[in-house]
Amino acid sequence: MTAQKHIIIIGNGIAGITAARHIRKRSDHHITVISAETDHFFSRTALMYIYMGHMKYEHTKPYEDWFWDKNSIILKRAYVSKVETNSNSILLDSGERLTYDELIIATGSVSNKFGWTGQDLKGVQGLYNYQDLESMEADTKGIERAVVVGGGLIGIEMVEMLLSRQIPVTFLVREASFWDNVLPKEESEIINRHIRSHHVDLRLKTDLKEILSDEKGTARAVLTGDGEEIACQFVGLAVGVHPNISFLKDSGIETDKGILVNEKLQTNFSNIYALGDCAQLRQPREARRAIEAVWYTGKMMGETVAATICGNQTDYNPGIWFNSAKFMDIEYQTYGYVSAQLKEGEESLYWESKDGVRSIRIVFQSATKSVVGFNAFGIRLRHKVCEQWIKTGTSVDEVVSSLKKANFNPEFFKKFEKEVIF
Amino acid sequence: MSREGFSISLASPYAPGMDGIQKFGIALFVVALLFTVIGLFGPAANDPELFFYLGFIGSVVGLSIYTVRTYLNRPAGVQNNHIFTSSLTNRGLWGWALGIFLTGFYVALYWGSDEMWNGSPLVLLFNPLSQGLFNHPPDRWFLYSFIYTVSILIMGVRAILKYRHSNYQIVRTCSIMFFQLGFAFLIPQFLKSMSQPEYYFSYFWPLDYARLFPSTVDGMLSGGTIGIWMLIISAILTFIATPILTYFFGKRWYCSWVCGCGGLANTAGDPFRQLSDKSIKAWKIERWMIHSVLVFITVLTILLWVNSFLEGGIFGSISHALTKVYAFLIGQAFAGVVGVGFYPLLGTRVWCRFGCPMAAYLGLLQKYFSRFRITTNGGQCISCGNCSTYCEMGIDVQAYAQRGENIVRASCVGCGICSTVCPRGVLNLENGSTHTDRENANPITFGNDGIGLRKGI
Repeated sequence: MTAQKHIIIIGNGIAGITAARHIRKRSDHHITVISAETDHFFSRTALMYIYMGHMKYEHTKPYEDWFWDKNSIILKRAYVSKVETNSNSILLDSGERLTYDELIIATGSVSNKFGWTGQDLKGVQGLYNYQDLESMEADTKGIERAVVVGGGLIGIEMVEMLLSRQIPVTFLVREASFWDNVLPKEESEIINRHIRSHHVDLRLKTDLKEILSDEKGTARAVLTGDGEEIACQFVGLAVGVHPNISFLKDSGIETDKGILVNEKLQTNFSNIYALGDCAQLRQPREARRAIEAVWYTGKMMGETVAATICGNQTDYNPGIWFNSAKFMDIEYQTYGYVSAQLKEGEESLYWESKDGVRSIRIVFQSATKSVVGFNAFGIRLRHKVCEQWIKTGTSVDEVVSSLKKANFNPEFFKKFEKEVIF
Repeated sequence: MSREGFSISLASPYAPGMDGIQKFGIALFVVALLFTVIGLFGPAANDPELFFYLGFIGSVVGLSIYTVRTYLNRPAGVQNNHIFTSSLTNRGLWGWALGIFLTGFYVALYWGSDEMWNGSPLVLLFNPLSQGLFNHPPDRWFLYSFIYTVSILIMGVRAILKYRHSNYQIVRTCSIMFFQLGFAFLIPQFLKSMSQPEYYFSYFWPLDYARLFPSTVDGMLSGGTIGIWMLIISAILTFIATPILTYFFGKRWYCSWVCGCGGLANTAGDPFRQLSDKSIKAWKIERWMIHSVLVFITVLTILLWVNSFLEGGIFGSISHALTKVYAFLIGQAFAGVVGVGFYPLLGTRVWCRFGCPMAAYLGLLQKYFSRFRITTNGGQCISCGNCSTYCEMGIDVQAYAQRGENIVRASCVGCGICSTVCPRGVLNLENGSTHTDRENANPITFGNDGIGLRKGI
């Protein structure tokens, strides 16, 4: 039994909370979780559903409020203004100082703004945290048009949210096609069509030049790169996020874009760790990025750091990449490595349903025929089976002939494996 | 946020406006309903045909037109916008009003006097239908049966349109409508019209609690060949078919494919499914209550048989008093008044979850001896909470999904909505090849290869 330590976790998102829960499973350490955002952990991925009326805030809390007390996880609502590494303490905005034995920083991201004129006007915002939801709620009441900037996951979520309130939306996407730095051309086009079928004014190859203000300091229009002025009363900026680390200035903790961490998720201080969106791996694994701001990696990092802190030194090894999203009515799942443009030595098989809303892509190596990745749109694939195929380098022929094993669609759905002809 | 609390607006302030066809449907509904209500003050008793066809049928048609148009106006996909911003579906003023109205109706239905009902314009309204189809005059139970069936049919069409992106929901809803119309309405009414026992093939002991009481059995035995066959079928359904079907498919084969209580919940009650209590406390209460009811009806049935063999002996007065208590408390107050009356307040499956002895029996079979489970797709859960929110049985589905753990719960009726509303394709209802491989506690996220706790694929 190791001695009891005081572990402070900054951030109550999925990364920090997973760490807290797993440290509690493994030890009796004192755990304090600090958040400036909300009193309790909630699922930030569900922000859109609160706005659309699918759920209320209370439904997005994965644990009932008594859970934290029962498990002796102290929750503290405060903003950490400073980390003082020389005295192993943190300073809160209230002036209170707390000392730690181990510190876990899981402060997530902040939305990007690229210095546009008018980016700080009222009615202009990103969508990342609970406060963003509140301001979006307040600033979209009774408006006539909204503009969303940025063709990625948050952008399309904001479009869907606004549509649910019958607000007409113009969607500015800088690239030639939706999310085409991640999605191959065909999949990207499925989503372009789907966005337009929802009567969204989708403008591809169009960027934002500036946001115009009315006399009260509220957004009244955007000016596009082509010089067109589009009247609107709300502007959603969904042009990516960056690590939320400004409070670490002068702390001595080494940062680049994010907080630099080794394979144990440890910073340059051996008792300080960083997890989730705000962490930047010094040496990312092959085919992985240094910063991966997704739910799943935050969760895995939390599990990993808990093991290390509780005496079981563990390297962060997130295995085979996977992700998922939902583009309005079309579900998307991906397993392994499917890039927007095939890499050298790769080939792919692609099938799309006649109605153009379902598809499967299987990427494999030309030489060995081993599969390396799957993309599925409007079809549910079984994670375990796809992962196993990728891990063992199963040949594409075998995968195609046994595709049925990966079918995770509900009962009575048309068996896609019979339809799929590559 | 300012959207909490009472609102006098029926729909959410954010819902889309109506087009011409929807407006026509609503107008027809309102006018026909008003016409019916006027009829109920007296005129309907004199001219039931007029008020039945123009009034009742008119309002049903109007409501159907509105509903069909509303859902066809939207693209196929999850249709849960505005549920928690609308007064009717979020325990607002309209929700309470509907709850009070339904509760009042059930109180009058069960405990109103025969004088009050017989000859009342409301019952007489259904004279043309009852006489025309079944050749017997309507009573309050005919009225109830008919409205119940019509509710399942109209709201069944709505459910099919609402969930039309899911074939599971389409097939399942068709099954519910079929069993209600055929087995819980037409067949019993025809049997009655042929002077046979009004027999419901889709209900059996312990839900139809009196089915295996000595008095019922005696009645059937004296009813000749048909009566004997009905008795045999009843016993087979309870003791043989139920365990076998539940082993292969889970309790859903009954609770969300056949049963009329479940059928009403999944059609007319669908707008209220999100109101069930998801807390662990509610789960504890549920387990105590539902199993107590099962014990109660089992002991009572045994007592009645012992009493019957002893010819009234020692248990005579006790067992008859207990029968009355059960009929009043469980059969009427719980199953009817609270079970349906409280839809807009407590959600749709209050009876199924906390009270139904059949659900308790099926649940025990499902929990310990069934191939059915809801599987979760590796590590894909994002803990968004949609599955738990829309679980009518109050199961915290997400608690399992985020651990990558199969859901094996006695209460799960297999309605499949968790899977239907999941935005990431995580949940799936599956019948495995055995019942022994269902529990798969998985503390570490699937795919996190750094930690060696993973079990085999």
